[in-house]
Amino acid sequence: MIVRILTEGQWEVPEDRIDGLNELDADLEKAVEGGDDESFSRALQALLEAVRAGGARVPDESLVDSDLILPPSDATIEEVRDLLGDDGLIPG
Amino acid sequence: MSLMQRISLIFRAKADKALDRAEDPRETLDYSYKRQLDLLSKVRRGVADVATSRKRVELQVGQLQQQSDKLTQQAQKALSMGREDLAREALTRKSALGLQQNDLEQQRAQLQGEEEKLTLASQRLQAKVESFRTQKETIKAKYTAAEASTRINEAFSGISEEMGDVGMAVQRAEDKTAQMQARAGAIDELIASGALDDASSLNRGDDISRELDAMSSQSDVESELAALKAGTTGAGRPALEGADTTPPAQVEAAPIAAPQKEEGQP
Repeated sequence: MIVRILTEGQWEVPEDRIDGLNELDADLEKAVEGGDDESFSRALQALLEAVRAGGARVPDESLVDSDLILPPSDATIEEVRDLLGDDGLIPG
Repeated sequence: MSLMQRISLIFRAKADKALDRAEDPRETLDYSYKRQLDLLSKVRRGVADVATSRKRVELQVGQLQQQSDKLTQQAQKALSMGREDLAREALTRKSALGLQQNDLEQQRAQLQGEEEKLTLASQRLQAKVESFRTQKETIKAKYTAAEASTRINEAFSGISEEMGDVGMAVQRAEDKTAQMQARAGAIDELIASGALDDASSLNRGDDISRELDAMSSQSDVESELAALKAGTTGAGRPALEGADTTPPAQVEAAPIAAPQKEEGQP
């Protein structure tokens, strides 16, 4: 499965790691709903680190769509809410 | 639906929407390629802009360091002339500068992080644009307009997502740099106006953290003042109260130094 961390690049993550990612994703979702910056940041770092550690980097020249797209590591709760909303996310 | 899936769907929908399709799909390829090259030069400009901001902050760090060194010298001079009040004032200003220096150092690190991130993004995009160009030429050479349409999506696969991602990285770097430039401008003005003693009022948080800063700054001033005194009145003397443990040689040294100074004065 191809996972993109926005502003960082893409990783190929083996299928057997996806359940683990889903658990971390659920934590992150709770943190976004709770609106607590600290637990949000912790949940986001845990999820991104799991992708980086469990996946292999997709080569730069490879043109492949991602199955999952994750927020940048320094994203704020507001940015993630924007990513989920429908106003101008992609500039240009 | 999970958070990751929701973000993915929305991001991809926007990236796809950003692709304008021409009637002849082969023209769409050329048009997209042109936009990729535009984005590539935009990222490179972004890297250069962030680097410029970083250098400006580095210059300011240097200027504040000079100012700080000057204040230390002034404090030493003031003490040697018996003006503890002036020395304390100089060290208070220096302490305020120190807070500003820490803040600038954080900014410098952040800008450097952005610079590295954008440099990598530009390398990734360049590699992908090159792959796209190869595929584009193959499609144009091998297929008619009708046949090409089925191949187009493969060629577009990945590149539109990458463009959305890189576009976002450039935008974020620009936003961060703009914020820091506003602050850097304020510091430049302070340096120019010589009002650096008030630098501690810049970018500080609420009144509680200001109070805490002021307290720690005060204790910094007192301890540095004590250190300076120890340095100017008796070299190597462990503490002001430690006079009874001071070796006789140093006790004698002080009275000898004082008359010499008086003799030297007109």
